[in-house]
Amino acid sequence: MTDSTPAAAPFPLDRPNPFDPSVELGRLRQEEPVSRLAYPDGHVGWLVTSHSLIRAVLADERFSSKAEIKHTPVARASVSDEPRPAPPGFFVANDPPEHTRYRHLLTGQFTVRRMRELTPLIQQCTHTCLEEMAWQGPPTDLVQAFALPLPSLVICELLGVPYEDRAEFQRHSASLARVGASQEETVAAYMALTSFMRELVLAKRARPADDLISGLTGSDLTDEELTNIGFMLLGAGHETTANMIALGTFALLSNPDQIAVMRKEPERAVEELLRYLSVVPFTVRTALEDVELAGRHIKAGESVTVSIAAGNRDPERFADPDTLDLLRSSSSQIAFGHGIHQCLGQQLARIEMQIAYPALFDRFPSLRLDVPPEEVPLRADMLIHGVHRLPVTWDI
Amino acid sequence: MEVTVDQVKCVGAGQCVLVAPEVFDQREEDGLVTLLDPAPGDHLRAAVDEAAALCPAAAIGLEGPR
Repeated sequence: MTDSTPAAAPFPLDRPNPFDPSVELGRLRQEEPVSRLAYPDGHVGWLVTSHSLIRAVLADERFSSKAEIKHTPVARASVSDEPRPAPPGFFVANDPPEHTRYRHLLTGQFTVRRMRELTPLIQQCTHTCLEEMAWQGPPTDLVQAFALPLPSLVICELLGVPYEDRAEFQRHSASLARVGASQEETVAAYMALTSFMRELVLAKRARPADDLISGLTGSDLTDEELTNIGFMLLGAGHETTANMIALGTFALLSNPDQIAVMRKEPERAVEELLRYLSVVPFTVRTALEDVELAGRHIKAGESVTVSIAAGNRDPERFADPDTLDLLRSSSSQIAFGHGIHQCLGQQLARIEMQIAYPALFDRFPSLRLDVPPEEVPLRADMLIHGVHRLPVTWDI
Repeated sequence: MEVTVDQVKCVGAGQCVLVAPEVFDQREEDGLVTLLDPAPGDHLRAAVDEAAALCPAAAIGLEGPR
């Protein structure tokens, strides 16, 4: 490190409230949008915090997604942070051409049209969850009653996962995403989910049905690749949307004047909630060669963490960025990322949320928090932001 | 305004179909972009500009008077 290089600091994880990212990220965005970042493994890399530079990094194929060269900005006791190759088929951690081959096998399954065709199914799943919640009566934990079961039902339907296996799947998936989990818990969850998916793949090969995994058995993918792809989709389609539904409901209850807008214009409103909440707060790339970025010299092999949350609150892109305004145009939000890895399931996520929030407030117009807002337990230690529980009540 | 699309770059995110459904579609078999209207009228310019700006893979090209 030369004298002119500012000291590297660790990634700021603190939050001033449930919805805003660390104040430090805002300071960096303004003063030093490409700053040095100290990684827990001792690596010194970079942190990027402005909307335009984040887009530039994510669109630039000199920045790799490969797991074997990546340093992780947040320490997880449960997981060895030693870089290692992704398992075959786990293409979020691949570069082209491997990434292209896998992604193109799946893009046809997640088109705007296909996802819109799922609307009746999603409405039915939503109705089922909400009627069960009403039957149980207030108060309840919205995470367990609605936010988790809805996306779980939908992704399990899409993949063809048997209904009776879902509870087990949710438990393992939650412990994989938790930063504080022990190594034993994480390994056990990973093993259990892998064998779960392997059995599903073998069952679909033996008896194909009308679902995504069955459709992929006609390709040249191996059982191992199919297992890992299924594993990835199950995780990705589940935890992220669940946290958007729960944290988004918390945000709406905290800004009650916005609820009418959500019911009236859900498409526009969901984009703004995605921007405001950024439940996937950061992602990481690693330079394959030396790259100049905004006057900084990034060396080959250095990892670059992009703060999606900071980019989505960039005042250069969004006026009054820390205000939740469901009427604004937020289409340039980067909650789904940018570049070739931009979320494959984004159209599914959008439709689930566009259905879920209005249906929730239609069914329970008097919905409100059942604890003071500061007592809602946040997933502050998690790779996906959200709440552990959202205690709610309503008038019968 | 002339619009071009690059199916090699396309990653099937569907942003263009959301923003400008009169101009862009996705192929049934693989979800990659197709053009419904390679020379859209001026009334669609703002939507096509937005689609090109949002495209995660820079797969949309615009030519002609802006």
